[in-house]
Amino acid sequence: MKSRQWIRWIWPIVPILAALLVTSLLLLLFGASPVTSFDAMLQGAFGDTSKTLSVLAFWVPLLLSATGLLVTFTAGLWNIGIEGQIIMGAIAASWVALKLDAPSAILIPLEILAAMAAGALWAALSAVLKTRGKVHEIFSGLALNNLAIILTNYLISGPWQPPEGGSFRGTEPFQDAALLPLLGESRFSPLSLVIALVAFGMVVVTLRGTLWGLKLKALGKNLRSAFLLGVSSEREMILAMMFCGALAGLGGAVRVLSWFDSLRQSISGGIGFLALLVVMLANYRMFWIPPISFFFSMVLNGAITLQLRTQLHSSLGGILTEMMVLFVVLFGDATKLGIFRKKNDHE
Amino acid sequence: MHIELRDIRKHFGPVKANDGINLVFEGGRIYGLLGENGAGKSTLMKILSGFQPPDSGEIVIDGQPQRFSSPAEALGKGIGMLYQDPLDIPAFNVKDNYLLGRDRRVILNYKTARAELDEITSRFSFEIDQQATIENLSLGERQQLELTRLLVGGAQFLILDEPTTGISADQKDKLFNSIRKLAWEEGKTIILVSHKLDEVQELCGEAMILRKGKMVGRTPVPCSNEQLVEKMFGQIPLRGERPVYEVGEPVLELQNVRIPTYRLTVENINLTVRAGEIFGLAGLEGSGQQLVLKACAGLVKNDQGRISLAGQDITHWSYQRLRTAGIGYIAAGRLEEGLVAGLTITEHLVLSQPSHKFFIDWASAQKQSEARITQFQVVGRPESLADELSGGNQQRLLFGLLWESLKLILLEHPTRGLDVRSSDWIWEQLYARRNSGTAILFMSSDLDEIIDRSDRIAVFSGGKMSRILDAKTTSVEEVGRLIGGQE
Repeated sequence: MKSRQWIRWIWPIVPILAALLVTSLLLLLFGASPVTSFDAMLQGAFGDTSKTLSVLAFWVPLLLSATGLLVTFTAGLWNIGIEGQIIMGAIAASWVALKLDAPSAILIPLEILAAMAAGALWAALSAVLKTRGKVHEIFSGLALNNLAIILTNYLISGPWQPPEGGSFRGTEPFQDAALLPLLGESRFSPLSLVIALVAFGMVVVTLRGTLWGLKLKALGKNLRSAFLLGVSSEREMILAMMFCGALAGLGGAVRVLSWFDSLRQSISGGIGFLALLVVMLANYRMFWIPPISFFFSMVLNGAITLQLRTQLHSSLGGILTEMMVLFVVLFGDATKLGIFRKKNDHE
Repeated sequence: MHIELRDIRKHFGPVKANDGINLVFEGGRIYGLLGENGAGKSTLMKILSGFQPPDSGEIVIDGQPQRFSSPAEALGKGIGMLYQDPLDIPAFNVKDNYLLGRDRRVILNYKTARAELDEITSRFSFEIDQQATIENLSLGERQQLELTRLLVGGAQFLILDEPTTGISADQKDKLFNSIRKLAWEEGKTIILVSHKLDEVQELCGEAMILRKGKMVGRTPVPCSNEQLVEKMFGQIPLRGERPVYEVGEPVLELQNVRIPTYRLTVENINLTVRAGEIFGLAGLEGSGQQLVLKACAGLVKNDQGRISLAGQDITHWSYQRLRTAGIGYIAAGRLEEGLVAGLTITEHLVLSQPSHKFFIDWASAQKQSEARITQFQVVGRPESLADELSGGNQQRLLFGLLWESLKLILLEHPTRGLDVRSSDWIWEQLYARRNSGTAILFMSSDLDEIIDRSDRIAVFSGGKMSRILDAKTTSVEEVGRLIGGQE
């Protein structure tokens, strides 16, 4: 029994190891040495302070989004629209940064609030379409993701284009007061990390210790029974989506206010989808979320150096993460493989 | 076919569901397997039919020890089980369902399928419309189809789990006749798992009784019911007397209620349930009685008429609002509409009770949970998951989740699948409720329960409600006639 428990605890690492193995085989196939390649990746992630800070800066919005998704997954909702919620958060923060003239102490809280509100509203749209319009949140989410991208493109090539002319690349850089305080020359804002960790802690407490968290858990497991037990399913679903949207929007704000300094074309860069993978990999084990998202950030940042060093394309990082997800789907549910005996129903 | 079970053991945590069971079955005989809820009947039958493996012990067929890893494998060896809820796919039509899992070719052979179906259905005079989709069949017809599938699959040994729950008297007679034919003319072995002693007496040649995971007796039947009951419970449970109670003011009133659904429209429902009154709704499954209950609970909407609670118009109120107004509702599907699989007893209690604030005080919730478990005699611990409990304990838990003071309790099949003792216990709880002035409206497919427990009865047939009967003066025959739509 004891050893079983132990295996169960480290189980999430297994797909990671399997993915590393398969990626190594791929590298060998292309005549590259896995050792040098992974070393290059590690160097790319932690080679010097600026690289490490880059990993941290990328980690923050990913962690925020994954934290939000923990809430929607608990409620049984597939919030694919998270990508759009991040983008809407970025747009709202940019709007405040571009249009308002104020000192940092006022501007930054306003940007953050606007971003959270925009993300929450975008998510609420998906939720209401589900509860009132019977549209599954996956479909509305995908549609709203595209709408958010189109809106970004319109803004940066239209009303918000830089004075020297629209180029589809982004707005002009924000005023200095609008940016989050950064550490040295890096793109990492310690403040954003503190906010993300606090948000993660709040979500853990909410899901474990509050009535609302319990309601979401019940909804996620059996909507009908939860309703009959007195959970107002529509209200709680909308709230769960908005909660996630707010955190995703906050992630979007972090992207424009620290990683970039302006609203760009691909402002999210797939962080929302990546966050979905993080949560799937963690599979309801909340405390795995920060380390897994950190690992993803490390791999993707390291892959850039890999390309510079070894001429291997940086998509290798992508291959590695996607591989992991495939292996999660394969190995993820340990009970399916018969490694752990599932509790049978009995008389 | 000769089947022997040797020292079968199956434990679920500390619960010994099967604790060293030895049994021998001979061909051509009909056995009854009896036992109260949680005695281990279902576990044993699931092991025998390949649904789950035993922890230890072996199954020996004609001298050969066997191990099954799936029901399909067991069927390959001739063992088939008919589940209480047939395992079919509702959206499929009869032929597709029949072919599923039987025909492994790419192009399905419908012609042979039709011939096979025709042959068996005519042999047992089943009536199955082959073009119909499963969701339009009655439970009895689905059962006949499943039985056919098992027989064509080569089943020599049939396990029937509570086969008469929810089917009509006519379908029951047909089922029993085909069972006799299968055993006596074709030499097949039949095990009937049932709570209904009368059925076991009527059909079986021998009864085997399980108690707390052990075999406690085999006896030839027919024998006296008392003898069986004593073996099942270790004592004869006293049937609770129906307490006399003066009914009070009207609590629930329905006036000219009409509920339209795509399958059935219920019309002209007029009834009044008074404080302290127990009102029973009889009828075949899907005759409209469930719709009336659900309308009273705010789960379906009536398009005409008025529903009122203690004088207040509650037509079209939402379920949650009615709940706060003092209506408790327990649906038929315990794990589908009532309990959440994967949540603990304590978590259920916290969810369902109105008193909790933003943060959950888990320590005091745990204490409350322990108190309820004792009070409602649930076999389980505060941290037990709802889906780990037996059916009877799930029902006890559902009663434990009802609020303290209620004006009206609505119940669908309050004792379905429960043994005599659990049923009596449930009704004691309901009598205590009525004594404090709660009105009770329930539906049941068990006629004895309807007549024994109700004060007044209404019978539904094809969406129409009969005149209202006084339970003291009516008879099973009269109610049976009304169920069949005869006046």
